[in-house]
Amino acid sequence: MAEGKKQHTVLIVDDEFVVRDSLSKWFAQDGFRTASAEDAPHALKMMDSGPWDVIILDIKMPGMDGLELLKRLREIDANAQIIMATAFASVESAVQALKDGAFDYVTKPIDPDHLSHLVSNAIRQKVLTNENTLLHQHISETAVSSEIVGQSPQMARVLDLSMTVAKTDTTVMIRGESGTGKELIARTIHANSARRYFPIIPVNCGAVSESLLESELFGHERGAFTSAQYRRKGKFEMADGGTIFLDEIGTISQKMQVELLRVIESKQFMRVGGSETVHSDFRVICATNRNLEAAIADGSFREDLYYRLNVFSISVPPLRERRVDVPQLAHFFMHKYAAVMNKNVTEITPDTMDILMRYDWPGNVRELENVIERAMVLAVPPSIRTCDMPFQTVPKKEGPEDRTLDAIERVHIEEMLKQNNWNISRTADVLDIDRVTLYNKIEKYGLKKP
Amino acid sequence: MQSIKLVPVLPVPVDLLRWLAGPLAAEFGLPVHVDAASAFDSDVAYNISRGQSNSTILLTELLRVFPGHDGKLLGITSVDLCIPVLTFVFGEAQLNGAASVASCCRLAEEFYGMAPNEGLFRERMLKEAIHELGHTFGLLHCADFNCTMHSSTSVDDIDVKGGHLCAVCAADVRRSLV
Repeated sequence: MAEGKKQHTVLIVDDEFVVRDSLSKWFAQDGFRTASAEDAPHALKMMDSGPWDVIILDIKMPGMDGLELLKRLREIDANAQIIMATAFASVESAVQALKDGAFDYVTKPIDPDHLSHLVSNAIRQKVLTNENTLLHQHISETAVSSEIVGQSPQMARVLDLSMTVAKTDTTVMIRGESGTGKELIARTIHANSARRYFPIIPVNCGAVSESLLESELFGHERGAFTSAQYRRKGKFEMADGGTIFLDEIGTISQKMQVELLRVIESKQFMRVGGSETVHSDFRVICATNRNLEAAIADGSFREDLYYRLNVFSISVPPLRERRVDVPQLAHFFMHKYAAVMNKNVTEITPDTMDILMRYDWPGNVRELENVIERAMVLAVPPSIRTCDMPFQTVPKKEGPEDRTLDAIERVHIEEMLKQNNWNISRTADVLDIDRVTLYNKIEKYGLKKP
Repeated sequence: MQSIKLVPVLPVPVDLLRWLAGPLAAEFGLPVHVDAASAFDSDVAYNISRGQSNSTILLTELLRVFPGHDGKLLGITSVDLCIPVLTFVFGEAQLNGAASVASCCRLAEEFYGMAPNEGLFRERMLKEAIHELGHTFGLLHCADFNCTMHSSTSVDDIDVKGGHLCAVCAADVRRSLV
């Protein structure tokens, strides 16, 4: 017990002097720092001289008994490992002591071999608990959204919403064009939620064929189908305690939509080919770049599933709507690949940045990352220059020949409608006008849905 | 010059103490005497309900018999020893003090229903004597499995550990004698 560098401590609480004295000497020979208390008031006072790794606590004492004192000591220091000792053992007191958080319960006289192992285990348990707390703390500290880059008001809003919803267990739907970083937002929500010590399980619904998706999500029993040689856990089962991230939710079939709705509501399911009901406690975050309202209108997406999933919606803006973030993102990716490629590239020339700022980024942040990665391959330290870009110039957008304000407004509204697939609500949001005004302007300029 | 006095706490075969004197003198580098004339009975510490003698009371008795003794005292007995809170002890010692006591009761194979093994018994007795005397020189339990000061709460532990003090503990003993 005196093997570690740290001197361990033990407090002995017993009304009998011989017990306090003999145990103090016994532990002292093992290198412990020891102290003793004859009753509850003294023991409570001794807590000021702690922390105590182990407390040996007698149950039968005059005044406040050991069981009552156990609760008080646990309130003061929940980390102290308390071993209850009594000469008058009973099942009731043992059960009560363990329920109230005692590490163990022994009867006096105690077998020295047993006491030695018990104290070693108690200390080991305390060390592990402390390590666990430190690791949790470390995870919490590193779980902030360090990878979400952007200082635009739009991204600040997205981050703000993510942090707010993270504290709840609400189902979240993340919307945004491909490459805007929807999975990163999902991971940020998970990393800042109470479920962060459990896994986030991503499922790309669009990348798995319908026949395999069922097995992927719910798992399968051995022999459920020809190639099912072993029982396999599904993603919902793996997400127990954590979060399941259903990406491209808009692509799943009608049959799977029914299954999904049932599982999300009941939190229970059966593996493919199985008869046993599996329970799983998961949170759902889903993402889509599809216009689900339009999908409901044309009957390809179930309205009940939509409402079940769309409890809290976060829209991630495309990069072209937050160009102010481009320099920061470009520098972030430059530093990332400089480290990966071990290349001392530290700056982006102003000409290059100008090109990056004017480009429309249809592939959003993913495209920007790819462009910077490619440029980093070609770049000659210390700069990324225009010649490292896959495009050296960005064609200027053609403006209307008619330079009147109406003409410019018409072109802009038409462009926004196109970008938002003629979704009136979303376009009105982007333009910061109400839907009625937008309808009036569509009519005024004679714009037609293609 | 300091010395070690071995005192019979009856009942105990005095021959065992005489045998111990040689190896203990070699281990501690000190003269070891067997004081058979000062033998006293373990009854003084006997607890009838437990059928054992209280080792703490025996330590007190040793100090009473040898008041102001400036060497180390080791009482050896064949009765089973205990302290009130533990079911048994192999021995007890004053940390950095004068008195220590050790029992050979649980060191004999017969105690565990096995055939007698005098060699193993004496080996265990010597380890236990070195261990308790070690505490009187201020030694704590040692992490080294080969050191006699390694903690042992069962006879198997005694068998596993080595029969001599490790270099660090031996140096601590020498330092305490200066």
